Amino acid sequence: MKVVVCIKQVPDTKGGVKFNPDGTLDRGAMLAIMNPDDKAGLEAALRLKDQYGAEVTVLTMGLPKAEDVLREAMAMGADKAVLVTDRVLGGADTWATSTTLSGALRNMDYDLIITGRQAIDGDTAQVGPQIAEHLGIPVISYAEELKVDGNKVIVKRQYEDRYHMIEAKMPCLITALAELNDPRYMTPGGIFDAYDAEITVWGRNDLKDIDDSNLGLNGSPTKIAKASDKVRKGAGEKVVPDSPDEGVSYIMDKLLTKHII
Amino acid sequence: MADMAKEVIEQYKGVFVFAQQIDNELSGIAFELIGKAKVLAADLDTQVTAVVLGSGIKDLAKPLAEYGADRVIVVDDPALKEYMTEPYTHALASVINEFKPEIMLVGATAIGRDLGPCVSARVGTGLTADCTSLDIGDFPLNPIPGKEQLHKQLLMTRPAFGGNTIATIACPYNRPQMATVRPGVMQKCDPVAGATCEVVDFNPGFEKNHKYVEIKDIVKAVSDTVDIMDAKILVSGGRGVGSPENFKILEDLAGAIGGTVSCSRAVVDSGWKPKDLQVGQTGKTVRPNVYFAIGISGAIQHVAGMEEADLIIAINKDEDAPIFDVADYGIVGDLNKIVPALTEQIKEAVANK
Repeated sequence: MKVVVCIKQVPDTKGGVKFNPDGTLDRGAMLAIMNPDDKAGLEAALRLKDQYGAEVTVLTMGLPKAEDVLREAMAMGADKAVLVTDRVLGGADTWATSTTLSGALRNMDYDLIITGRQAIDGDTAQVGPQIAEHLGIPVISYAEELKVDGNKVIVKRQYEDRYHMIEAKMPCLITALAELNDPRYMTPGGIFDAYDAEITVWGRNDLKDIDDSNLGLNGSPTKIAKASDKVRKGAGEKVVPDSPDEGVSYIMDKLLTKHII
Repeated sequence: MADMAKEVIEQYKGVFVFAQQIDNELSGIAFELIGKAKVLAADLDTQVTAVVLGSGIKDLAKPLAEYGADRVIVVDDPALKEYMTEPYTHALASVINEFKPEIMLVGATAIGRDLGPCVSARVGTGLTADCTSLDIGDFPLNPIPGKEQLHKQLLMTRPAFGGNTIATIACPYNRPQMATVRPGVMQKCDPVAGATCEVVDFNPGFEKNHKYVEIKDIVKAVSDTVDIMDAKILVSGGRGVGSPENFKILEDLAGAIGGTVSCSRAVVDSGWKPKDLQVGQTGKTVRPNVYFAIGISGAIQHVAGMEEADLIIAINKDEDAPIFDVADYGIVGDLNKIVPALTEQIKEAVANK
C-alpha cells in the first residue's frame, strides 16, 4: 500500500504571532513549522506503515527551504520525500496549487492521498478537495478517524452536529483534522538519517499533464485586490481589584448601567 | 486558469446561493446568504436565486421565497438524501453550467467547505474561502495605467494568518465568482409571510460512479442546547476553568443571566465540551450582545470568532492575557471566587426587579 501525504510549511501563527513596529506581521521572526492538520495526516499514514507496512511519501510545494518540513517528516518515519519548487509556481492560489500538486501526483503511485484539512496561514481547506477533483478520485474531508480494510478506507467524517461513517474504495483522498491523532516525535536515529536522506526535487517540467495557464500567480483565477493588517478595536478598561467582591461589584455596575440585567 | 472571453463572461447573470439543508431543514446560513445576495443583486440590478439540493425537499422553496429569494431552483433526487460529495458536486456544478450565475455563494460550513472547492474545480473557476464581507466594486480597486479597470466585480474579503491579516480578493476573469461565507456574519432579511417566487425543478440525472462513497452510519450529537450562534449572552470558558466539573459555575452564571455556555478550542481539545460549543477560527463565529470570556487567554484564533460581540467582559488571573486587549471590561482575578459571587448578585438583582 502506498500513501502520499501532502504537507505544507507554514508560519506558526499559534501563540507566537510577532509584529513589526509598524504593526505588520513579522514573518521572519515567526517559526516555520509543519502545518498541524498535515502533521496529523502524516501520523495517520505512519500508523498505516506500522500496521500494514505502507510506504509513506511526503509531498510539498514551496520554496527550497520547505525541504525542512520534508526532513522533519522523514525523521518521524516517512520513507520518501518530494519537493516541488519552481519560480513559475510562486503566488499560486488554491486552484493553481491543487493543479500543481495534481501534476506531481500523476507521476507517483498511490492508493491513498492524505492532506491536512486546512493550513493555518490561509485557512481555506480547499486544496485537498480540489486535488481529488483534478485527479478524478473520491474525497472525504474532515476525517476524525481513519481505518483501512483491504482496498477500502473507513473514515469518521465530522460535521457540526454529527458524524458519518464513510466507506470508500481506494484510490481516494482524505483531508485530516488535527483531532485525528497525536503525532509522534522525531526519533534521534530518524533525525540522523533524515539529515542525509535524498529528497526528490521536481520543477515545472516534471509536472504531468499541466498547462502553463494553470500555474503560479498568472494561473490563479483569484486575484488579491488588497491586503492589510487587521485593524482591531483597542483594549477597554482593565481593573485589578483588591478583592473578588470588588471585582464583582465592578461587573455588576457595568451590567446595570448597560441595562443587561 | 485561462481567462474567459468577455462575451462569455457577459452570459453569466444573477446572484445564486446554495441553500443548505440537513435532514430536510434549511440551515440558518441559507437565509444569511439570501440576505447578503439581495444587497449584491441590488448593486448589480439582478435577481437572487436560491439553489436547494436534497430528497423530498419541495416544501423548502416557500421559506426561501419568504426570506427574499426571487427564484428557487430545486434539485430533488434520492441520490441527494444525505450530503455526499460526489452527487452534490454533480448537482451544483450542473446547475451552474445550465443557469450560468455571475456569483455563487456557499456557506463555509462542514458541507460547504467540501462542496465549494469540488464544484469550483469541476466548473473551472476561482473560489475564495471563509469570506466575512462581500461587496460590489472595481478591480483593480484603483486604476492602473495600461490595465483595464473592471467594474461591478465581486470583492471578497476574508481574514488570513489566523485572523492577523485581512485580504480582499476578486475573480475578475472567470465566472461564476464563487465564495464560501462564514456563518453568523451576514444578516438575514426579515421574512415576508406568504411571499412566493418562481420555482424551477431541475434534475441533471444521477448515475453512480467510482467517486460515490458509502455512508455506513450516521451518528447525531445529542444536544438540547441552544445554538451558540443564536445566543444573546454567551458565558464562555477556557482552559483556566480548570476542569469539566468546574464549568458548573459558568452554567450557573449563564442560568442567572439568561445566557448560554460556550468555550474555547482548548476546552474542546481536552474533551471537556463538545465541538458545537467552540468559539473561534475553527469553531463558530459569534456576535452576541454580551460575551463573558472566563479563563480564556485570548489566542488570536479565539478572538477571530468573538471580537464582533457588542460587549466583551473578560475575567482572567493572568494580567497579561491577550484577551484583555479586546475586552471592553477586564477583571484580573480568580474566576473561582468572582464567578459564583457574580451569579449570586445577578440572581438578587433579577429577583428585586
